[in-house]
Amino acid sequence: MLNIVGKKNIYFTISGVAVGAAIVAIAIFGFKEAVDFSGGTLWQFKMNPPTFPQSIVPSGKDLKPPFIPAAQPRGIREGGGMNSGETAISNVKEIFQTNFAHEEVNVNYDAQNDIFLVRLKEIGEEDHQKFLQVLSTSFEGFEELSFQSIGPSIGSDLRRKAIIAMILALIGISFYIAYAFRKASKPISSWKYGIVTLLTLFHDIAIPAGLLALLGHFSNVEIDGNFVVALLVVVGFSVHDTIVVFDRIRENLVLYRAKKKFSEIINESVNQTLARSVNTSLTLLLVLISLYFVGPANLHYFILTLIVGVTTGIYSSIFIASPGLLVASGKSIKT
Amino acid sequence: MRENPGIFLTLVIIVAVFAGVFVYPKLLGANWLPWKLGLDLVGGSHLVYNIDLSQVGDGEKDSVTNGIRDVIERRVNLFGVSEPQVFTAKAGADAQLVVELAGIKNITEAIKLIGETPLLDFREIEQNGSSSNFIPTNLTGRFVSGAQLTFDQTTGAAQVAISFNDEGAKIFELMTEQNVGKPIAIFLDNTLIEAPTVQQKISGGQAVITGGFSIAEARQLVERFNAGALPAPINLINQQTISPTLGADSMRKVITAGAVGTLLVMIFMVIYYGIFGFFASLALLIYIAVTLGLFKLIPITMTLAGLAGFVLTIGMAVDANVLIFERIKEELKRGLSKVGAVEEGFRRAWPSIRDSNISTIITAAILYLFTSSFVKGFALTLLIGVLVSLFSAITTTRLFLRIFAKSTSKTLNPKP
Repeated sequence: MLNIVGKKNIYFTISGVAVGAAIVAIAIFGFKEAVDFSGGTLWQFKMNPPTFPQSIVPSGKDLKPPFIPAAQPRGIREGGGMNSGETAISNVKEIFQTNFAHEEVNVNYDAQNDIFLVRLKEIGEEDHQKFLQVLSTSFEGFEELSFQSIGPSIGSDLRRKAIIAMILALIGISFYIAYAFRKASKPISSWKYGIVTLLTLFHDIAIPAGLLALLGHFSNVEIDGNFVVALLVVVGFSVHDTIVVFDRIRENLVLYRAKKKFSEIINESVNQTLARSVNTSLTLLLVLISLYFVGPANLHYFILTLIVGVTTGIYSSIFIASPGLLVASGKSIKT
Repeated sequence: MRENPGIFLTLVIIVAVFAGVFVYPKLLGANWLPWKLGLDLVGGSHLVYNIDLSQVGDGEKDSVTNGIRDVIERRVNLFGVSEPQVFTAKAGADAQLVVELAGIKNITEAIKLIGETPLLDFREIEQNGSSSNFIPTNLTGRFVSGAQLTFDQTTGAAQVAISFNDEGAKIFELMTEQNVGKPIAIFLDNTLIEAPTVQQKISGGQAVITGGFSIAEARQLVERFNAGALPAPINLINQQTISPTLGADSMRKVITAGAVGTLLVMIFMVIYYGIFGFFASLALLIYIAVTLGLFKLIPITMTLAGLAGFVLTIGMAVDANVLIFERIKEELKRGLSKVGAVEEGFRRAWPSIRDSNISTIITAAILYLFTSSFVKGFALTLLIGVLVSLFSAITTTRLFLRIFAKSTSKTLNPKP
């Protein structure tokens, strides 16, 4: 049997550091907001893959001409698509800055799916058509995949709703736990189950949120509406495992309260439910992992947030929630 | 159910097979209700217009908004898009008009046409024997300052009162003077709406169109006049266009991921729980068929987020089974009989299954109520998925296990 309760201070420290780091990351870097929060334009398009001149590419494939304008020096380099991707990015960027006079433009190239992502200020339909014309004549095989332009008012409305939804979910679930465990009044009152759940949930969303703040700062990953959905799903799911452990604690308290110490009961309960805590989350992780590797590119960071959140949820339900209950019970019982 | 698990199981399997055939997009399933697919899967445009209602009186806001929606609905119908969606939504003091066009090729032209001012004009009618020509005049909706639904004081019949601005009043006066006893045609977006006969010269810019209107017809006409006069400008504030290529690619990938994920979950369950896991896997397949069947039957518009939500529920659907199997193992260890352990395991696992699923239901409900249409699809599939999975875990798996426990009550032995 794992002595989880006995080593609780170690786990509390690990979590404390992780949550602290996440909060610091969010406070310092903030989030990079996608267009659906901040307003603006997000443009996805495709063009013929940036290729090298025929001479240094293995023959036998039907190669299309490089899209780089002939007047410019071609990046003739050996090696992967990285360099050609960079050339392509700077080409696209240049067009936006010179032809369209849009200084604030952010171009990303997803080499894996061969998709260009351009982010700029909100533009109207007229500009959209004008730009489209120029782009499709400048680049071979240009194909628009998606175009999204959102006014700033919608974005701030969505942000407000997202925050409300998040707070409501946290409070709603905590109250439900307090209600579900209402009969477990001795020796821990039911609202303490609720409070510990709330803290655990906060822990579970702080860590993936901190990660996204870091990713936002270092690799321009943006948070969008899906990010909020992911956090809410983490909240809904991480509480599953916590409920299973709490349920067992409640049951064992009734059975063994007279015979065993409270800390022992908690430790045994956690160990008894260990397999199911891990297994229930593991099945979800299996699905998430296949979505991450096989699923569509648009959902990449949505799934990543979920994977991190669900994993954190496994950890917290075993190592944080139950020892937390012991701490929350305070001096009201002998340990 | 306890006495005849075989019959119930057969029923569940028949329903699942039907659902499976029903949801499969080819063969027989293609002929029943078609799948409703969102813009992000088939490609198309989601356009949000802001209707500026700041210049409109409080009482007329609804009629102005409805008028604009009617006009734009007719414009959109011209594109021959399958099931275009045009609806309005309140947004603070203003209103929003949402237009969804699925699978449209020429979105540029669509946007241009939608954005045009609804066109109202008056035409003179020239009789040529049996045929009549409509001669356009320069009296258009630009000069209409408003329209109102009124009732004839004596007969009580519904009428439409329109008022022109000063300039329009002069043109109208001249026009009626020349056409006493003849009809004048009223066109909206080049469609003949009404051709009332002029009784006398009308000055002062007030006209009443009588005619056998029902109240609903008259109200609709008022709305159209108000839209034609464009008392409230609209402008595009949010646009999302997704190409059919990207949509099809997303759909293919999310379905592949779902299939791979299902397979992984099934393999895991069989490895960890042996024959029990095999039953859970069968129950999972039944769950998938039945849930998809419900989505198609209701019908729910499937979006990328919705499909992702459903794939997630595949990972959650076996959770109840895990809890139950672990309980059964405990009961077996305590020395219960095989049949007794199955029953006791289900009974004692239930409170935690119920509580944990309710927490997901709370999340899904909040998501549904507090978010925009895009996320709503996700919330809805998550919600339905959780509910069906509750049924599936409690009923289907239990039936499998009851039959199995009875027939092999000597040898039942789940892996550690």
